[in-house]
Amino acid sequence: MTAVLEVRGLKTHFFTRAGVIKAVDGVDFSLERGEILGLVGESGSGKTVTGFSLLGLVDPPGRIVEGSIRLAGTELVGLAEEAMRRQRGRKIAMIFQDPMMTLNPVLRVDTQMIEAITTHVDISKAAAREKARAALAMVGIPSPDERLKSYPHQFSGGMRQRVAIAIALLNEPDVIIADEPTTALDVTIQAQILAEVQKLAAATGTAFVWITHDLAVVAGLADRLLVMYAGRIVESGPVDEVLASPAHPYTHGLIGSVPSQTRRGQKLRQIPGMTPSLLSLPQGCAFKTRCPRADAACDVMPGLEPVAPGREVRCWHPHPTTPLAAAS
Amino acid sequence: MSSADLPGTERLPAEPVAEAAVPIAPQAETPFGRFFETYVESPLAVGAFILLVLIIGAAVFAPWIAPQNPYDLAQVSVLDSRLPPGAVSMDGYTFWLGTDGAGRDLFSAILYGLRISLSVGVLSGLFALVLGMVVGLIAAYFGGRTETLLMRIVDLQLSLPAVLIALILLAILGKGLDKIVIALVVAQWAYYARTVRSSALVERRKEYVEAAVCLGLGRGRIIFRHILPNCLAPLIVVGTVQTASAIALEATLSFLGVGLPPTEPSLGLLISNGFNYMLSGRYWIAFFPGIALLLTIVAINLVGDRLRDVLNPRLAR
Repeated sequence: MTAVLEVRGLKTHFFTRAGVIKAVDGVDFSLERGEILGLVGESGSGKTVTGFSLLGLVDPPGRIVEGSIRLAGTELVGLAEEAMRRQRGRKIAMIFQDPMMTLNPVLRVDTQMIEAITTHVDISKAAAREKARAALAMVGIPSPDERLKSYPHQFSGGMRQRVAIAIALLNEPDVIIADEPTTALDVTIQAQILAEVQKLAAATGTAFVWITHDLAVVAGLADRLLVMYAGRIVESGPVDEVLASPAHPYTHGLIGSVPSQTRRGQKLRQIPGMTPSLLSLPQGCAFKTRCPRADAACDVMPGLEPVAPGREVRCWHPHPTTPLAAAS
Repeated sequence: MSSADLPGTERLPAEPVAEAAVPIAPQAETPFGRFFETYVESPLAVGAFILLVLIIGAAVFAPWIAPQNPYDLAQVSVLDSRLPPGAVSMDGYTFWLGTDGAGRDLFSAILYGLRISLSVGVLSGLFALVLGMVVGLIAAYFGGRTETLLMRIVDLQLSLPAVLIALILLAILGKGLDKIVIALVVAQWAYYARTVRSSALVERRKEYVEAAVCLGLGRGRIIFRHILPNCLAPLIVVGTVQTASAIALEATLSFLGVGLPPTEPSLGLLISNGFNYMLSGRYWIAFFPGIALLLTIVAINLVGDRLRDVLNPRLAR
């Protein structure tokens, strides 16, 4: 299989008065057709900025300073704004966190869907409406014909997120970036949406970058997992392997801080300290101030090294451990 | 801990279940339907709206309603001049509101005057709205230097009294319906620009705009199809208030003698004509056109107030 999306050495920096914030500082990954990639990390780890960089929507004072983003053979870094606009919504689309906010409240759903198609493809309104209807049916919305004529406020939150996904799918993009799209939904609806997305990825070949801080979501959904910390990838690999035996102490800590039925009554193990300010990162490994394994070696930034087939870790002391064993 | 231990990961079938509980609304559930239902809750506002419709109807159909054409010299006799309300003319016709100095039936003159006053108000209101709207949207969307430049012009404009701007312009341009409309547009567009800009600034930051950008929609489409309709509510309210104030401003200018020529008499000109007779006890020549002007402005303002109440908190949320 060939990769539809290849990101190499992506660096997105924000040039503020207080200094340069390296929100994304050298991120590499690739994505195959129909693959779902989970991108996890705490707030401020750079996962959302990575997503916006892919769409070419980094607002000043930020900009992509280095790296390459190849989407289905097209280099997106340095692409002129008009050419980039033609990629957005057609080759690469986005789903946002709050479904209550992403649909225009004064326009009917059909209006919003039809314009999303006719902006990119030269087809009649009737044909566009038919595509919109099919997309709504595909994401599991009942009676799509009537729903097309509704306004966004007539939908529930889960339904709106389905509509948002349908809109993202309209032009059969190669990649959809989903920025915590189920965080605002309750768990049963979340499970339905996740199952739907898995089906869609398999059926349409659209690849997803699923940005979240919720490990439970990626556990059930993603094929592969990228863990970000302070603008860099610290661990990557198949999702089940990474969750079962995290090699990086940060991944280990993230998993340990998820409440679980099997550890009822026990204290949750938090990661000590806070995400360091991106303006004053420690020398060497950015995680060393919060890391139980830190020693003198960590004063030098470790590289992203393979630890097992398909798995890479950025750590001088990578111990693939099971979080439960470590807890007892 | 394996991945299956994590909550919320069961791969449920994605059937459209209870989530679809929000019923598909009947026809009346359009934003306009709800708007109408809320509006009629206030009897005063309904009354004002009916009065406004009557006034507009009277103005539009003046040639068919008015007992005489006050500007057709064949129908007006100087011998009937300055008759009090209720007086009967030589050919047996009753002047319910009296006659003016030239012997014109005041009721007819008021109907014709309303026509002019209202068209000046509506025309200048519309043009000022379109101009201010475009300027405000551009300022809010593009920001930076464009915004600074445009909004400083608006500030400059708002720092001068509207009457002063209109007076200066009319002194330069001269009299005429088209000229007073231009003067009123120049005097009022800045209010619209400021209103639109402030609500567009809020809308622009909302996620649906970002979502539209992510869909690759063009700038013009995003500004006029997505942001503008969300800014309409405050714009409609300012529109009614400014239209009323345009009518008052036109009356002021005509009263001062710089507005419309005597061949196109508005209410302001009628008041101005009658003003000379006030001290001699012939109050009706200025009084009744004044009442007509007052009723028009009050009706528009009451409707505008109600619109503001209904449209805020916003519709369709």
